[in-house]
Amino acid sequence: MANIISDETIEYVGILAKLELSSEEKEQAKKDMGNMLDYIDMLNQLDTEGVEPMSHVFPVHNVFREDVVTNGDGHEKTLANAPARKEDAFKVPKTVE
Amino acid sequence: MSKQYETVIGLEVHVELATKTKIFCSCSTEFGGAPNSHTCPVCTGMPGSLPVLNRQVVEYAAAVGLATNCTITQNCKFDRKNYFYPDNPQNYQISQLYYPICRNGYVEVDTPAGPKKIGIHEIHMEEDAGKLIHDEWEDCSLVDFNRSGVPLIEIVSEPDMRNADEVIAYLEKLRLIIQYLGASDCKLQEGSMRADVNLSVREAGSDKLGTRTEMKNLNSFKAIAHAIEGERERQIELLEMGRPVIQETRRWDDNKEASHAMRSKEDAQDYRYFPEPDLVPIIISDEWLAAIRARQPELRTEKLIRYKKDFDIPDYDAQIITSAKKMADIFEATTAICGKPKKVSNWLMVETMRLMKEHDMEADDLTFSPENLAKLIELAEAGTVNSSVAKEVFEKIFLEDIDPDKYVEEHGLKTVNDEGALRSTVEQVIADNPQSVEDYRNGKEKALGFLVGQTMKAMKGKANPGMVNQILKELL
Repeated sequence: MANIISDETIEYVGILAKLELSSEEKEQAKKDMGNMLDYIDMLNQLDTEGVEPMSHVFPVHNVFREDVVTNGDGHEKTLANAPARKEDAFKVPKTVE
Repeated sequence: MSKQYETVIGLEVHVELATKTKIFCSCSTEFGGAPNSHTCPVCTGMPGSLPVLNRQVVEYAAAVGLATNCTITQNCKFDRKNYFYPDNPQNYQISQLYYPICRNGYVEVDTPAGPKKIGIHEIHMEEDAGKLIHDEWEDCSLVDFNRSGVPLIEIVSEPDMRNADEVIAYLEKLRLIIQYLGASDCKLQEGSMRADVNLSVREAGSDKLGTRTEMKNLNSFKAIAHAIEGERERQIELLEMGRPVIQETRRWDDNKEASHAMRSKEDAQDYRYFPEPDLVPIIISDEWLAAIRARQPELRTEKLIRYKKDFDIPDYDAQIITSAKKMADIFEATTAICGKPKKVSNWLMVETMRLMKEHDMEADDLTFSPENLAKLIELAEAGTVNSSVAKEVFEKIFLEDIDPDKYVEEHGLKTVNDEGALRSTVEQVIADNPQSVEDYRNGKEKALGFLVGQTMKAMKGKANPGMVNQILKELL
């Protein structure tokens, strides 16, 4: 494996993704990420001269909706999955910026 | 202060687009619904739901770009900006980083030193977040996702502004252009237009940029002006003391008229942007772009030229009338009906402005119809009502949009042009005011005015003032 992921990197990525990893999980994640980067290195060896960058895997573009309201009052369905609700709102721990 | 400092300001302006539905789903964007009533699996980030782009969002964004001299990115796409916050149900915001829809534009603003171009770095499309309400009774926050997925454009300027006046001129220009396009109502107080101010100071003459701060929560032009003054002073004070300016986001507190640090660069977020896999690329063909261009409405600069040419109204009038799209619309519609542009302009410039001020209204709040204003102009022109009655009737039109023909008829407000009736009233007034009559005959011109007033009063304001004057002079 050419790419070695440091402890700091895996720690940082964990913080960004809000994941708490055990030390075994961290080792496994380091290995997985290293493999992914190795694969990218392999792709980088290909000659892509003259190839348009691809931004989507399907050869499809311009999929649109017209600007017409078709959804009705969705609050009961939306709130059906709420871990906590108060009246018609989701209830979350106090968040102040 | 020994050194001279220059302030360098760039703006990030978010504008809520006036679409009927959200950017990626068919939920209504209407303001003020019951919490979470305008939500569905897409705008609440339910697993497995897929976004589909609203075509109108692309049209509005491109229209704003064209009107601000931008280059349109004909091959553009969306990206994912990842962050965790309770108002963001997907844990990412769909935005544009790599290929924003518009780039390299400018608007021209008037400054005391003459016209100045303010560069626009880019305009990108994105979705708004939900709204967090802090509960007053319990230690918790409540989330309403009605605003989640409402389409926004973010207009990023170049750091081309040097003081609060230029910033406000730039914002007013943007607001007017976008209102004319019908792409948004751009109300700062209601949050459909929001401005973040990036500001740094440097020694005059230096071409290196100082460390900047970003200020948020500015919801009026007054707050923006105060925040700019305050932040300029704060940064200069730090530099004078030999202390560094810290790159941070600061929140403006309108009540305290001061800002405080929200987060600094050290804990700045790493958004891990990547191409949005759930949306396919947007290709804006030359034909599509030409169609958007062809649909562009007439903007203010063009109106100013046309008003002078077609309607021959003074430049001053044209400037005021076109300062709000709504006002220009009323002017054009009323003129089309009655064909008297200068009369229409006078009603808008004098009485409409006075009543707007009195009732603390903006042009967007005007509700009277061009039909009723046109009818009133006809009544006044034909001499059916005199000017003071016309003003009284206009106030009714302004407030309740009444039909002036009916109103004048029902309230018996027609000007009395009947000479016989006028003559007998004048005779009565002369008989009742011998002192004034004598004063007038002794050369006191003022006494005539009093007698005219008495006659008008006796006729309940409906007399033709010219005729009253004439009859009085004749009888005295």
